[in-house]
Amino acid sequence: MRMITLTIDGQEMEALEGATLLEAARENGIEIPTLCFHEALEPYGGCRLCVVELVGPKGSQLVASCVHPAEEGAEVRTNSEMVRRSRRTTVELLLAAAPNAKVIQDLAAEMGVEQPRVRLGDNDCILCALCVRACDEIVGANAISLVNRGFVKEVKPPFGIGSNACIGCTTCAFICPTGAIKLADVLTNRSVHKWKSDFEFRPCKICGDHYLAPELRQDYEELLVEEQV
Amino acid sequence: MIQTPAELEEVRRSLSKTKDPTQPCLTVCGGTGCRALGSEEVFEAMEAEIGTQGIENQVTLRMTGCPGFCEKGPLVVIQPEGIFYHGVKVDDVAQIVSETVLKGEIIDSLLYVDPITGEKIAHEREIPFYKKQRPLLLGMNEQVDPTSITDYVALGGYGSLSKVLGQMTPEEVIGEVTRAKLRGRGGAGFPTGLKWRITREAPGQPKYVVCNADEGDPGAFMDRAIVEGNPHRLLEGMIIGGYAIGAHRGFVYIRAEYPLAAKHLEIAISHGREHGLLGQDILGSGFDFDVEIRLGAGAFVCGEETALMASIEGRTGEPRPRPPYPSQEGLWGKPTNINNVKTWSNVPLIIEKGADWYAAIGTESSRGTKIFSVVGKINNTGLVEVPMGTTLRELIFEIGGGIPKGKQFKAVQIGGPSGGCIPEEHLDTPIDYDSLTQLGAMMGSGGMVVCDEDTCMVELARFFMNFVQDESCGKCVPCRLGTKAMMEVLTRITEGNGQDGDIEYLLELGEQIKESSLCGLGQTAPNPVLSTIRYFRDEYESHIRDKSCPAHVCKALIQYSIDVEACTGCGRCLRACPVEAISGEKKEPHIIDQEKCIKCGSCREVCKFDAVMVE
Repeated sequence: MRMITLTIDGQEMEALEGATLLEAARENGIEIPTLCFHEALEPYGGCRLCVVELVGPKGSQLVASCVHPAEEGAEVRTNSEMVRRSRRTTVELLLAAAPNAKVIQDLAAEMGVEQPRVRLGDNDCILCALCVRACDEIVGANAISLVNRGFVKEVKPPFGIGSNACIGCTTCAFICPTGAIKLADVLTNRSVHKWKSDFEFRPCKICGDHYLAPELRQDYEELLVEEQV
Repeated sequence: MIQTPAELEEVRRSLSKTKDPTQPCLTVCGGTGCRALGSEEVFEAMEAEIGTQGIENQVTLRMTGCPGFCEKGPLVVIQPEGIFYHGVKVDDVAQIVSETVLKGEIIDSLLYVDPITGEKIAHEREIPFYKKQRPLLLGMNEQVDPTSITDYVALGGYGSLSKVLGQMTPEEVIGEVTRAKLRGRGGAGFPTGLKWRITREAPGQPKYVVCNADEGDPGAFMDRAIVEGNPHRLLEGMIIGGYAIGAHRGFVYIRAEYPLAAKHLEIAISHGREHGLLGQDILGSGFDFDVEIRLGAGAFVCGEETALMASIEGRTGEPRPRPPYPSQEGLWGKPTNINNVKTWSNVPLIIEKGADWYAAIGTESSRGTKIFSVVGKINNTGLVEVPMGTTLRELIFEIGGGIPKGKQFKAVQIGGPSGGCIPEEHLDTPIDYDSLTQLGAMMGSGGMVVCDEDTCMVELARFFMNFVQDESCGKCVPCRLGTKAMMEVLTRITEGNGQDGDIEYLLELGEQIKESSLCGLGQTAPNPVLSTIRYFRDEYESHIRDKSCPAHVCKALIQYSIDVEACTGCGRCLRACPVEAISGEKKEPHIIDQEKCIKCGSCREVCKFDAVMVE
């Protein structure tokens, strides 16, 4: 792979050609906060927390480092006043909409954001779409998606009813940064409340413990068969 | 099937031979505006009347596209003289046929009256509304029946395509468009020739061309008029573009709310295919090209090019970050050239008349003409096409006829929800891409909403903010939550609950949303608020500090009352009040019960003695 040279925070650094600015910065030990980014998923560019200042001939602009390509000779500032101001606004807005999400509270404290100047509800889901993308890109189940637009946008299973596509793997709950996806394993049942999904565990023939939802098991079996072929 | 440029020329010649230029031609506007006012019935009545009189061979009847003067519809123009009748009703038809068509006599009562001089004007081009216009694109609308290809071909249509395919290399075509200095008419003003070149040179096959006809700004309807009125010129532009760029497939993305435009385009595409102007080996050149229609499903954000492409591909209409730009990685990851309806429609003109001719129109930075839809508090609502560099004052007062009811002009909102308000002091600015940006507005698609003294600028800003927060796709935080937050603040200001610091917060939020949003929607969404604060900050301050709305619009901040001196006790207001808030004896002054009053203003509207006051 070819390397390129760019300037990040005043220091000349090397990055792999084709890397994003976020990758280039992290490779060089510079931390940039993110919310909707996950290494295992395609970048989304939605939360705008990872914005950095890209200095250009016509002045500076903010770009989302998780999606913006690192280019030869680029000059990037990851912690300038312009960047910090933008991140503070983003976090203030998120705090206004999800005041009880711990990750948002922590970010707000870190950036010195106290009380948001407006109130935009109380919903732990910040629409980072990590759950939707993980369900699609990693699990392959595509059981949930983003529906509606704007402020009333939300994540839902098809038609908002329990869907056979959900295999109860709970990757969504695992990857959710705010804990907005609640699940309960009670005795022999697992419920993912947000998706209205319910599963019954199967008892182990040897120890009697309950394990994996049969739907999920079936899915694994199908995968195994495919791999053998 | 027309197989060669020579055959096309032959068809054109024989078509124009069959037309007697001295024969009367009755044209009825079939644009959406005139249809809403009953032009279809007028057209049918004319057809019947011509049949009854048995004069089918002496007169041509044609339903055309929109010539722009929507305010006065239904419009009827009698060619070749260009006699202009407005507000035509079915009852007028017999007289028009018997007097004007058969005897050449002008019917006085149907003529346009100049509101300033009081003079009656018989000929279309003498009317002030049309006089200052330069209708390069719109002008053909009233000369062609958009549902037939013959009118367009008879007027030289597809001649530019024939020239391009027969005599020019793709590079030469791009060179011509570049020299004409055409800039994207969708609003951002990117140089069209450069965009074509980038797409042509981008690696990857196949390439695509797309027409963005997802016109969605409130009050904008120029793209609709072009697609409805002259779809063949759009197609011709796209085929030429396809040839220049090296694409063989094109898409027109048009909103489903424009059924007539989609229908006319569909007909035009099928006629194009029938006559060999679309499809394989066009005019024997070996070049293949075809166009498909994609209907938008009602999302404003799909006018943003990356969301538009996602929608064409069948995915959710959400924008994605750029780069990569569509010209590098567009539809299905292939190089794609997206242009607006007007941009494509300008191309055949540039090829026909030459880049030098085109570049001579307009200003240094913006060449050619621009169509504006002029709406709001203006006398001549409609579509106006003027050379770039025309001043706002000429546009609003000379062409637009000024403000109704002798009210004062306050501001004009240009560029829809992405644009900004421009006040009186800047009316003499020549309009082009750069001057508008400097004033805090933008060219945008060309929607112009004129505001008079009765418009509350805070409420206007709130209207546009409500629109964008509703149309935000919700993918990125600044746009989804930021526009909602601005909306909340504006709402509390108009409801009388504004707080100190609200203006500063709006400015701060606005700047941040512009800087950090993902796509053009968010990056321009705060403009109406920022520009109204820039020019009308005192109105915001009155709302917040004095809890008063200077334009008497915001319901929470106004009160209706009756002037006992002026009230004659006629009872009109009492009967008009929908909530029975007004009481009083006959011939005695009436009073308004403030508890019951819903501040609808009905009483003020019906009062003949100006006795209802608002403060």
